[in-house]
Amino acid sequence: MVSGMSSAPAGVAGALRRANRWGVLEILLWILAVAAWFFLPEQHLILAEIVNFAILALSLDLILGYAGIVSLGQSAMYGVGAYAAGLFSAHVTGEPLSGLLVGGLAGAAVAFLTGFLLLRGADLTRLMVTLGVAAVFMEIANQADWLTGGADGLQGVETAPLFGLFEFDIFGRTAYAYSLGVLFVLIVVARIVLASPFGYSLRAIRDNPLRASAVGIPVNPRLIAIYTLGGAYAGIAGALFTQTQMFVSLDALSFQKSADGLMILTIGGTGYLYGGVVGALVYKLIQDVLSNLTPQYWQFWIGLLLVAFVLIGRERPRALVRAVSIRLARLFAGKAASRRVAEEKP
Amino acid sequence: MTALLETRHLNRMFGALQATTDVSFRLERGARHALIGPNGAGKTTFINLLTGVLSPTSGEILLDGKAITGMKREARVQRGLVRTFQINQLFGGLTVIESLALVVAERRGEGWNPFRSIGRARGIDTEIADLLRGFGLESVAGETCSDLPYGKQRLLEIALAIALKPRVLLLDEPAAGVPEADRQEVLSRLAALPSDVAILLIEHDMDLVFTFANRISVLVSGGLFAEGTVDEIAHDPRVKDVYLGGGQHG
Amino acid sequence: MLTLLFDGVAYGMLLFVLSCGLAVTLGLMNFINLAHGAFAMAGGYVTVILTNRFGVPFLATLPIAFIATALVGALLERLLYKPMYDRSPLDQVLFSIGLVFMAVAGVDYLMGSQQQILALPEFLKGRVEIAGVGIGIYRAFLIVVCGILAIVLQLINSRTRFGSQLRASVDNRRVARGVGIRVNTVFAVTFAVGSGLAGLGGALGAEILGLDPTFPLKFMVYFLIVVSVGGTASMYGALAASILLGLADVLGKYYVPSIGGFVIYIVLVAVLVLKPQGLFARAN
Repeated sequence: MVSGMSSAPAGVAGALRRANRWGVLEILLWILAVAAWFFLPEQHLILAEIVNFAILALSLDLILGYAGIVSLGQSAMYGVGAYAAGLFSAHVTGEPLSGLLVGGLAGAAVAFLTGFLLLRGADLTRLMVTLGVAAVFMEIANQADWLTGGADGLQGVETAPLFGLFEFDIFGRTAYAYSLGVLFVLIVVARIVLASPFGYSLRAIRDNPLRASAVGIPVNPRLIAIYTLGGAYAGIAGALFTQTQMFVSLDALSFQKSADGLMILTIGGTGYLYGGVVGALVYKLIQDVLSNLTPQYWQFWIGLLLVAFVLIGRERPRALVRAVSIRLARLFAGKAASRRVAEEKP
Repeated sequence: MTALLETRHLNRMFGALQATTDVSFRLERGARHALIGPNGAGKTTFINLLTGVLSPTSGEILLDGKAITGMKREARVQRGLVRTFQINQLFGGLTVIESLALVVAERRGEGWNPFRSIGRARGIDTEIADLLRGFGLESVAGETCSDLPYGKQRLLEIALAIALKPRVLLLDEPAAGVPEADRQEVLSRLAALPSDVAILLIEHDMDLVFTFANRISVLVSGGLFAEGTVDEIAHDPRVKDVYLGGGQHG
Repeated sequence: MLTLLFDGVAYGMLLFVLSCGLAVTLGLMNFINLAHGAFAMAGGYVTVILTNRFGVPFLATLPIAFIATALVGALLERLLYKPMYDRSPLDQVLFSIGLVFMAVAGVDYLMGSQQQILALPEFLKGRVEIAGVGIGIYRAFLIVVCGILAIVLQLINSRTRFGSQLRASVDNRRVARGVGIRVNTVFAVTFAVGSGLAGLGGALGAEILGLDPTFPLKFMVYFLIVVSVGGTASMYGALAASILLGLADVLGKYYVPSIGGFVIYIVLVAVLVLKPQGLFARAN
């Protein structure tokens, strides 16, 4: 079947498919995440929190890592999603999946409506605009205390059992499994979107907006689209937080949330979807270890870590993950992989 | 018969400075047309006006007899008006194959499709393979654009434009900065561009202009100074005076 | 009403002293320093510690606050900020957020998280009635001190050799370098002075802004508003923006408390989107 003439096309399609294939490290990570549910029952609460941070950072990775939109205001979408899910639970139904949908839609709506503000101006302007937008939402939530409970937080959030079967208990058993399932679905969706022509056009815009428009990519509509998707992800993260904590406060809209997301993504690295997961894990571990040593001052060390990271270069963690991934792939695929490499580089 | 690409009394001011002065220009189907002129003559401004990076102060641009003057950049590209850049404008973080694939997908109108994997579009692999072969990029197909040697980057710069199946191609100094060793390859790839594409070549290099083009327009101080066949321009004493005389080929 | 106006102006003048350093760093190096508020906080704590613990007179602590934060600023500029100038805005933001977190947690650790109470000297307390308008003495003091500072800064900026070098560098860094201005030195000095002014502002404002470890986060957006509305082209822009912001904040919170809080943020976003160079930027 493979004749001399058609071997090149097979190589092209193969190369495109290989770039989007599940990696060994990735599969390993998921096995470990599921295993943690069985073997680390005392850690379920913290694990659920890690997954929540990971989704927040993932939402940021979609817009920053893939489309190059810098933002200091992801908390706007996260917080609005959190409040939307909380209000939905308090006034309509505590069924979690529909609440998640409401949170996601709310986050997407905020992003869609504010996204046009980002189209003019350079990175510096975008950073300040997103910061300002998040501050506006924070103040609105603070003032509208008849709706949000203001500084006291929203009361009366109840989360009904998942699928009507699994109670959300105080140990986070259901919460962790639920969060992990949501993260899995979101990653799968993100993988599909990013492997599509749409997904590649985002990277083209990120790398060179001038050329992107010169090859016919409508830059601004695409940016709004991914910003909206990122907003939906952030909204889902917020909703998940509300549902597992059964409480929302202004913290969800605070600058701290945006900064957390950005720090976690920085620690884990941008542009490979798992930066959020890796970053959240490291962030929480550091927080855990440090707050045992110096309770409540652990933020000092996180700040120091961030400064060090930026000074050394943010690309490092990503490069490390890639190197380990390649080595593992060789180890697992063994001879098959080495044979393929030999074929590709004659 | 209408020209494929035409401008009528095109003007562009930058404050008090007139960068383009009353340019009425025609590019015929299948043309190999060169646009030359000394530095600062307004060649790049003219290209930016044609492609929609800048909008003209007055005047009209027509593609196939239809006005595209106020049209967005992407819309012009979709109608077949495509350019390359004097300084490489590549997608630094993507591989050669990925860059070509996304451009082809965009041309086919699949750019908004978020669900189907880019490699699964029917026939996209054959088309990319042809482009890779046509521009000698097979050996670097899997490499990241920013890692390519300059000569290959220059070829990819043109390949990205050809992947759009243009009807009009604006080549902005395609051989600029190419090292002597790779120059011949770039020139032969240029000579092999599909003959049904009308090409406007913006160039400084007279050798390239004389071998590539069959018609030449001379732009001086933002206005069209002379136009004719290669022979006419080469022997036009006025052109020699203002351009060749003052230029590096004097 | 007039009392409110007076308070607003005093508040605005204070914001000017706090944020003029940021305007210059942003204009000169395009450096987005979110940690600017940390220097202000440092100045505030210097004054509080000196007056409350060591009994140094309040007025005497002000120059100390200025000098101490200027020195810290100079040191950090040389050690940490310098490698960041050529980095992307995102890197700079992450870097300065890291510094903010360190400052917040560090001060929390050293001083505790409670609000600091500054004991003002007797002669600065109280109010006087002038033509039926109630005027806080401390607010009047703020207007005088900050007004003098603004005039001095403008004189330095417009009359001295350093000022002209600074303006040339802000205008066009490359050209300034070309004509032999040592832009990096100009910047280092400006950064130190800007930090010192922030510290002085923090010391002066400890009484009315409140002082606790979250100060840099709480006022970050205010500084950014001043810079983005005022632009980075002149001292007047920052001064006008500061006073407008001070008035808007004080009057807004008094008359329309339900919306006063976020109107200023909406103004910020609107200005950024419509006029990215600031409302008071020089016409180019």
